[in-house]
Amino acid sequence: MPGKTLYEKLWDSHCVRQDADGTALIYIDRHLVHEVTSPQAFEGLRLAGRVPWRTRSILAVPDHNVPTTDRTAGIADPVSRLQVETLDRNCAEFGITEFSMTDPRQGIVHVIGPEQGATLPGMTVVCGDSHTSTHGAFGALAFGIGTSDVEHVLATQCLILRKTRTLLVRVDGALAPGVSAKDVVLAIIGRIGTAGGTGYSIEFGGPAIQGLSMEGRMTVCNMAIEAGARAGMIAVDDTTLDYLANRPYAPQGSLWEQAVAAWHDLHSDTDAVFDKTVRLDAVEIAPQVTWGTSPEMVVSVDGTVPDPADEPDGVRREGMRQALAYMDLQPGTPITEIHPDHVFIGSCTNARIEDLRAAAAVIRGRRVAPGIKQALVVPGSGLVKRQAEAEGLDSIFRAAGFEWREPGCSMCLAMNADRLQPGERCASTSNRNFEGRQGQGGRTHLVSPAMAALAAVTGHFANVSTDTD
Amino acid sequence: MEKFSVVEGIVAPLDRPNVDTDAIIPKQFLKSISRSGFGPNLFDEWRYLDHGEPGVDNTSRPLNPDFVLNAPRYRDARILLARENFGCGSSREHAVWALRDYGFRVVIAPSFADIFFNNCFKNGVLPVVLAADTVDRLFRSVEATPGYALAVDLPAQRIVTPDLGDLGFEVDGFRKDCLIRGLDDIGLTLEHAGEIRAFEARRRREAPWLFNEDSSNIK
Repeated sequence: MPGKTLYEKLWDSHCVRQDADGTALIYIDRHLVHEVTSPQAFEGLRLAGRVPWRTRSILAVPDHNVPTTDRTAGIADPVSRLQVETLDRNCAEFGITEFSMTDPRQGIVHVIGPEQGATLPGMTVVCGDSHTSTHGAFGALAFGIGTSDVEHVLATQCLILRKTRTLLVRVDGALAPGVSAKDVVLAIIGRIGTAGGTGYSIEFGGPAIQGLSMEGRMTVCNMAIEAGARAGMIAVDDTTLDYLANRPYAPQGSLWEQAVAAWHDLHSDTDAVFDKTVRLDAVEIAPQVTWGTSPEMVVSVDGTVPDPADEPDGVRREGMRQALAYMDLQPGTPITEIHPDHVFIGSCTNARIEDLRAAAAVIRGRRVAPGIKQALVVPGSGLVKRQAEAEGLDSIFRAAGFEWREPGCSMCLAMNADRLQPGERCASTSNRNFEGRQGQGGRTHLVSPAMAALAAVTGHFANVSTDTD
Repeated sequence: MEKFSVVEGIVAPLDRPNVDTDAIIPKQFLKSISRSGFGPNLFDEWRYLDHGEPGVDNTSRPLNPDFVLNAPRYRDARILLARENFGCGSSREHAVWALRDYGFRVVIAPSFADIFFNNCFKNGVLPVVLAADTVDRLFRSVEATPGYALAVDLPAQRIVTPDLGDLGFEVDGFRKDCLIRGLDDIGLTLEHAGEIRAFEARRRREAPWLFNEDSSNIK
């Protein structure tokens, strides 16, 4: 009998019951909650006269609607305010731990879970948010769920699931200087497409993945959903353990030792069989820039906007035409001749301390280019912000002309006041370049933090690998 | 949940791949704390010429005449015909609530994003996967035939067409049963509460660090 994949180990260790038809009841260890996808779930719970099964498994935080400017006066938009207050009320009513908007630990749910050690190896982690795949970076089975399933987990601590297929994405070799985790995952999505992982859980492996920091691994797993896979994951190693040691929610002392001993098994066995394997060579990955309205519409920064006429598939060709019309781009345009109006450094993909360091390293001693209307840095959490300030990164950003904001989801999805106006173009470290994502009519180019920083100071996309400034 | 048996209705064709949940229901409408009322803002940015916001009277907004759902022939559509990877992007169940609230009970596509697909079943909406060439033929029939309607028979797992014969489709047995009977799956899961408690007790012994915060003083 062949060995098990990491996914199979996680599945097997959480299977409460398995029915003959393939349906299983899977136990959930950690339930992260934010204000947008939870109100209807709490309401459903109340209407049915139910209470949360295990309150202490839940960690709640408002992140999507919160202002990134001074928030001591509360939220100006009454609809946003009501949603955040509803989360506050629900958490108070059911005794759920919440990092409220003014708590120094508040931040983007996928930043604070790991930061607190609330995400641990071997866990099942869910949240009513598709980017929950982020937490798979810790050797956890983590995936996004809809509001009905949020209610289901609140009420039962379980989900009704079927096993997915398994996909190994192996990245061999070492990354070139200036090439980051974001470029790796964009290159992967460019290769397999936004539906390439549909029906699969992706395990990312190989030397280039193992060489990433936890921040980098989170960036990669975060965008597994952009490749269609609900879950992305990476095996546990010393990098994982070093990150987690002494975090507030992580076990301490002998319990830590006991946990570490168990976590050493959280990798795919050498003889495990995946349903599919995709291989990439790290040396072939250059800094990436998306040109269209789907994350798979991506090229290297040294490339050009592709021509739909070269696409043989009719449906895809039409999709490319629609994307180019929306993005107001002409086929054949060099990527380096595209000029963004805005630069956004933030989101659950790229708002951790390492991301801010990478951006600051490019910006240091330079100024935001005259053509840039706004350059924003939105740290992923209050603690990331504090750390960055302790390192003086905020001064570097401010001196360059960036705005240094309070933590939240911000312009990744523009549910708060941070948004693009119609026709505006943004170099963004976020995860989705869908039509209207950053504001109706807004045009998004997804890039790494260093690439966004370089676009800010040059006024156009440029190759950070060959940036000599 | 409303029971699902046979749904007959006009088909509306949405001819583009990778329709994401941001397009199905834009973010500003996710601020609602209700499950209903999303229908008027389904596909808001494609459907209207102006910018929509919650609380605005949608009946007086300018419609985009080029958007397919605004064509009079598709006005009463209950079945949405779509292209590959429909419902990709965020986990927002609001996307299904909006489709449902608008009047769609069935979405037919060559493929769906996983979370959206799952969310459909929780809300009495049936996502039907058909082969890409079959979907292509349906697109041609719908566009060529005003009033083109289908009957989607879930118990029999087939779609009755006026011109292409009966089209069979696959559906997960558990989900099919839940849809047909309109079952609340929380109630079903709670029938296994004893097993969940036993599992939990075993995990507390075997992996106590997973229950660390239960006894910790984190506030």
